[in-house]
Amino acid sequence: MSTTPQVPGTYVFDTAESRRGRALNRLCGSLKHAENRAGFQADEGAYCDAYGLTAEQREAVLTRDWNRMMELGGSIFYVFKLAMLDQRSMQYLGGVFTGMTTEEFTEALRAGGRSFG
Amino acid sequence: MAEVIWGLATSHVPSIGAAMDHGKTADPYWNPLFDGYAPARAWMARHTPDVAVIVYNDHANALDLTVTPTFGIGTAASYQVADEGWGSRPVPAVTGAPAFSDHLVGSLIDDSFDITVYQDLDVDHGLTVPLSVYCPDPGESWPCAVVPLLVNVIQYPQPTAARCLALGHALGAAIRSFPEDLKVAVFGTGGMSHQLAGERAGLINQEFDRMFLDAIEHDPEKLASLTREEYIREAGSEGIELIMWLVMRGALGPRIRRVYETYHVPASNTAAGMVLFENLGR
Repeated sequence: MSTTPQVPGTYVFDTAESRRGRALNRLCGSLKHAENRAGFQADEGAYCDAYGLTAEQREAVLTRDWNRMMELGGSIFYVFKLAMLDQRSMQYLGGVFTGMTTEEFTEALRAGGRSFG
Repeated sequence: MAEVIWGLATSHVPSIGAAMDHGKTADPYWNPLFDGYAPARAWMARHTPDVAVIVYNDHANALDLTVTPTFGIGTAASYQVADEGWGSRPVPAVTGAPAFSDHLVGSLIDDSFDITVYQDLDVDHGLTVPLSVYCPDPGESWPCAVVPLLVNVIQYPQPTAARCLALGHALGAAIRSFPEDLKVAVFGTGGMSHQLAGERAGLINQEFDRMFLDAIEHDPEKLASLTREEYIREAGSEGIELIMWLVMRGALGPRIRRVYETYHVPASNTAAGMVLFENLGR
């Protein structure tokens, strides 16, 4: 039985998620090196295969399904490196995660952030 | 003997560093935050330490998920600024304090804190942004040497808040037992409330942050008693970084003076807080 906290609307990245997302996070982490970014961009599918992504992870990466990447064990600090390669900001991702446009999400932060409970 | 002269707690959001690196600190978006830093920076510039112990976490740059040490200390003579995937920040490399690091590692392990040792470490925004909050224009080199102290905050289970405060107590004792007359600053970094992913992305809990800013001075034991679940629920999945402030607080003595604080929303997706304490001794 997992002791990991269950917090609604929140990914708690634990050791089990880290195991599940291992290949995906390794791939995203590799993109900090310029030569790997070039390799990824030359053939994204082959790069995913070289890192041993599951079929679901591969599909999520190729289609830039950011929510799906998070559901498949992605860590935001790793997945963000793929977003940056696409010149996507953390505000863009915040919008994707919450169903808002980037502008709406940014404005919500400027207005003091989003409140819960 | 070495002594802790001040402690600084500050958010380490990468965009704070980017705003400085790209000359945007006077922009309306950033101006309130940097105005808030100014008095603390002026005070710190008059109280330059020999060494700063900077408590922070790496963000998929020097470390990956192959090995996740709970606590670690750098023991190198120097630390390069990490290329996080879009070029290194244009700031000086960081000079280490290896003999002091060796002493801290030995003292902490004798005190039953089983520290991981880093002989090679590139330091990312988690360490360099707090240095820039302290010293915006370092020129060719930072004003002091640095000992990086790393905490796992990105993979559950993180250390408990209570363990972080206890580490701070042990760190303070370790610093004071170093036989040279060093002036030491301790930085606690990260936070304040924020959550980057999930349906709650964009969470900011100002009520919790204000409580934390007050209690870090007056009642750190209360903050140490909060569970990891409470930190994640109240401050967000990344707001749990606040446990690193407790390491700094523990290293200070019971008698401290709040020199200055500032709090601003937002810095990128985060509530940015900064509080500076002068250590008044034991």
